[in-house]
Amino acid sequence: MTTKSVLLVGVGGQGTILASKLLTTGLMQAGYDVKMSEIHGMSQRGGSVSSQVRYGEKVLSPVIEPGGADILVSFEVMEALRWLNYLKPTGKVIVNQYQLPPMPVITGEAVYAADIIEDLRAHADVTVVNAAAIASELGNPKAMNIVLLGAIIKAMQLTDIDWEQLIRETVKPAFVDLNIKAVHRGMEAVE
Amino acid sequence: MKKLLTGDEAIARGAYEAGVHFAAAYPGTPSTEILENLAQYKEVYAEWSPNEKVALEGAIGASIAGGRSIASMKHVGLNVAADPLFTFVYTGVNGGAVIVTADEPAMYSSQNEQDNRNYAKAAKLPMLEPADSQECLDMVKLAFEISESFDTPVLMRLTTRVCHAKSLVQCGERQEVPIREYHRQMDKYVCVPAVSRKLRIKLAQRLKKLAAYSEQTPINFAQYNDLKVGVITSGDCYFYAQEVFGDTVSYLKLGMTNPLPVNLIREFCQKVEKIYIIEENDPYLEEAVRQLGFAPIGQELFPYTGELTPEVIRQAVFGQVLPTIEYDQSKIVGRPPTLCAGCPHRGFFYEIGRRKDIMVCGDIGCYALGSAKPFNAIDTTICMGASISMGHGAQKIFKLGEKPTKVVSVLGDSTFFHTGINSLINVAYNQSSTVNIILDNRITGMTGHQENPGSGYTVKGEPTNLIDIETLVKALGFRHVRTVDPNDLTLLKETLDAFLDLDEPSVIITRWPCALKKFSKEDKEEFRDAFCQKYVVDTETCIGCRICMRAGCPALSFDQETKKAKVDKVQCLGCGVCAQICPKKAIKKEDK
Repeated sequence: MTTKSVLLVGVGGQGTILASKLLTTGLMQAGYDVKMSEIHGMSQRGGSVSSQVRYGEKVLSPVIEPGGADILVSFEVMEALRWLNYLKPTGKVIVNQYQLPPMPVITGEAVYAADIIEDLRAHADVTVVNAAAIASELGNPKAMNIVLLGAIIKAMQLTDIDWEQLIRETVKPAFVDLNIKAVHRGMEAVE
Repeated sequence: MKKLLTGDEAIARGAYEAGVHFAAAYPGTPSTEILENLAQYKEVYAEWSPNEKVALEGAIGASIAGGRSIASMKHVGLNVAADPLFTFVYTGVNGGAVIVTADEPAMYSSQNEQDNRNYAKAAKLPMLEPADSQECLDMVKLAFEISESFDTPVLMRLTTRVCHAKSLVQCGERQEVPIREYHRQMDKYVCVPAVSRKLRIKLAQRLKKLAAYSEQTPINFAQYNDLKVGVITSGDCYFYAQEVFGDTVSYLKLGMTNPLPVNLIREFCQKVEKIYIIEENDPYLEEAVRQLGFAPIGQELFPYTGELTPEVIRQAVFGQVLPTIEYDQSKIVGRPPTLCAGCPHRGFFYEIGRRKDIMVCGDIGCYALGSAKPFNAIDTTICMGASISMGHGAQKIFKLGEKPTKVVSVLGDSTFFHTGINSLINVAYNQSSTVNIILDNRITGMTGHQENPGSGYTVKGEPTNLIDIETLVKALGFRHVRTVDPNDLTLLKETLDAFLDLDEPSVIITRWPCALKKFSKEDKEEFRDAFCQKYVVDTETCIGCRICMRAGCPALSFDQETKKAKVDKVQCLGCGVCAQICPKKAIKKEDK
């Protein structure tokens, strides 16, 4: 198979790292070659973050280039627009219905446009997931990242991998049930 | 067993499997996780040292005493450790010694983009450059073997993507290596001129042997495909080049880049028609290939700065990138890094940012964000510890003027212990009347919460001696020293006013924990009420003046519809800075 590229983007602190960790571990256990790249450090303090996951028979570069992602999964609305040029023209977008105002918006220098999701729809195959609301319904808004992981699993047709088992092995016992529910709700959110 | 590891994790794993006994480092992106991971192995002694020079000197001592040792640091850290490095190369080792430098092409979290391959050449030690995590593990083991076989320290040069990208790694078991016998060898370890002159000659002989080794080591290898184009490369650029060219070109992949295998390079260059050199930062390989009399294509085509990721190579060689979606990007608002909600530096930068008639010398750490909007409160940032010493120099010059500008120097607790302490000794000694601020957030913040000499714990989480900054500063002879809570803006303002008026040096310590810190037992006792409160905006009282936005807090925003300030309750940690700034007292503690 050709190498597949999954680009997870969001804002520092949104849990993209745990989602990509679970994703890459599942892919590894399923027998794929996997590479993943992230940038940590200063630029991440409340800044734009990305986890770049690539898998296939043999993966070369750990980074995804513009026009190279099969799927763009954005944990925040504005970030989806920022990273849209990384998507293949035939790629899919999954966007979380969730906004975090950047500092220029907070200080009043810039405006957070209300119609970004419409813009995204005009250019790509977009699925909007209200992961924040789903996670809150499940009792913990922080499980938003696992809802989005479920959406990736469905969209990339990776449902054969035993994600429940992986969650049991990876997360703290108190959060296992919550995360299993979250991953299933995420899968249901994608057609 | 195969594991998915970052390069940093793989270096730690490889050193562990190689039987390393001693590991030391100072945290610095992207190298920090090497020591954090080594500290998890009970067989390995590991420590956070106050700075990179101390870390390397510890590793040198451990090596001479007979143990295998490793010191890891970010690229600029090797500048700090350069002094011992250049002479350690003369003495050579007893137990194997490896130094890891993590360079930062593109400067994601650094003040410059220096290429530390130049250090290997200048200091005359062998250098290995892994391209992915498996190579990190394999090469660190090889580095210990080279170190002991050739009696030399070995430098490993990583870059950000090698450090932080994850790939599959075949892990092995730890091979215990006996600690070698130590005996006094003054003709080897006492670098007085008479000894060093002899060691200098031995060093030249050693380099010749290493050059011969470099010709035959399997980590330098050619892959011949079509001979029209040959790519000479090292590190992560090998995979980037493969991503772009696949099997359409030939490759010379160099894992050992000092000394270079000149015969191997010559042979490769003779076989291919056109030579591309794909390397990040300096034309290190390019210059070497030119010296051999070839005309490679390097920086005339590929950029000298940033990362040479596949799209950069594609653009350079083919003049285009992959097809992308064209869209209007004007609605995208930048998301610069900011001080976190609840950050104890916020109150300080709000107060200092309001004073326009001073110079503020900043330093390396989260508080470099004090230079960002809305604070705009820093004049300079150069390197670790420089705030206090540069402030000293600046104050001496300002003093020559008629209405001297007052200088404030500001750095964090870990940076103070790193090298700021030397700078403060200078202020105490040469008396420059600067106001020196130590932002003590009880941890090393920027790199992700590492213990330091002021935190009371070791890297292994064991309780240890805690160095009290106020006691230390007073011992240096400062007469004006005050520790304040930075969330108390009235006290902070009063203290700044009083100390800025002094004609002698002073120290202010702001003491409040990082909002992201996992509290120790002592923190829980000292900062009982920290981060328990939330604030809300009383929309009746709020007049929408936006003055609270000067706090630059991510938990605070201005609602365009209601024209009132709004606190995000999920993010607010109750520092109360915005509430103190509000002229109408419209931001209030939430009723519990």
